[in-house]
Amino acid sequence: MSDEILNLSNLQLDALREIGNVGAGNSATALSQIINRKIDMTVPKIAIMPLGEVPDVVGGPDAMVAGVYLRVYGPAPSSILFLLPRDSAFYLVDMLMGREQGHTTSLNSMDESALMEIGNILAGAYLNALSHFTKLTLLPSIPALAMDMAGAILSVILIQLGQMGDHALVIETEFTTESDGVKGHFFLIPDPGSLNTILAAIGVKE
Amino acid sequence: MSELIKVGMADYKVGRNPSSLISYGLGSCVGIALYDPVSKIGGLAHIMLPDSTQARSAENPAKFANTALPLMLDEMIKLGAVKSRITAKIAGGAQMFTFANATDVMRVGERNSEAVRMLLKKMDIKLVADDTGGNYGRTVELQLDTGIYRVRTIAKGEKEL
Repeated sequence: MSDEILNLSNLQLDALREIGNVGAGNSATALSQIINRKIDMTVPKIAIMPLGEVPDVVGGPDAMVAGVYLRVYGPAPSSILFLLPRDSAFYLVDMLMGREQGHTTSLNSMDESALMEIGNILAGAYLNALSHFTKLTLLPSIPALAMDMAGAILSVILIQLGQMGDHALVIETEFTTESDGVKGHFFLIPDPGSLNTILAAIGVKE
Repeated sequence: MSELIKVGMADYKVGRNPSSLISYGLGSCVGIALYDPVSKIGGLAHIMLPDSTQARSAENPAKFANTALPLMLDEMIKLGAVKSRITAKIAGGAQMFTFANATDVMRVGERNSEAVRMLLKKMDIKLVADDTGGNYGRTVELQLDTGIYRVRTIAKGEKEL
């Protein structure tokens, strides 16, 4: 079978889930410190699903979302995408800018910078965990932001996966604040070959 | 009864009047609409990549322009469409994120639309309208009673091709 992710063993999936767990934990702590609020994090779900179904995870292909995208450089090149439903993005921006909740209804360039910085910090915290496990040096690019339909934003990473197979390995973590204001989805998508590099580095390559 | 037929990512569907074919949230993907105005039979393909021969996995022919289009055309002809009357309209192929040094990975939308144009020429299907590029997502709907290809965006409103 050409879809390499369909051949992953339970041991390998467990290892990836554990990395996701620590990475997302680091990210949640970082986010919590920035907005000075308690952030709850769900235990990461790991799912292997057909590419076309991935947008359903975030409310369907035409749901309005903000996406922060970063490239990961180093021995295991990857993409990172942090997706927030539109309302969560506005909530987060209000919180960061010290505005009353519900104030923001569209993003100005300061708001956009703030969201990109959030993406930067989350990705950095996540990659620290991944680097710690793998001993690989993984560095994020400058982030880019788009506010658009979920399907359109996800197409950027789904197309990269589409060159290898028809399925995506999604390590999905949901972040929520106590007042359920912010929900976010964090995707790490290794480039072709990078998943093998990561699995080899943590010693669970078949 | 008019029916709205949904076309997912890496899929294609064909239909006839009075149905409509719709595909939500295209980014770098391209939505290719084929239409025969006499039989009012049409097809919509939501392709992710231009060419199956350059991919490691080509198990799903609907994912690639070069394999999806001939299959979709065949199905339309089986329903009663006539190839010489069929024209094409395309939309999508955006670059959703902009980086200072855009790599090939980022320019896939542009390469998708370029490849689709060349393929249509090779298949001798006339491209009568297109709305490609930009940095925003599109939802596309092919209305099989009129052949109108409606393109909806969040930032730029709606247009008919």
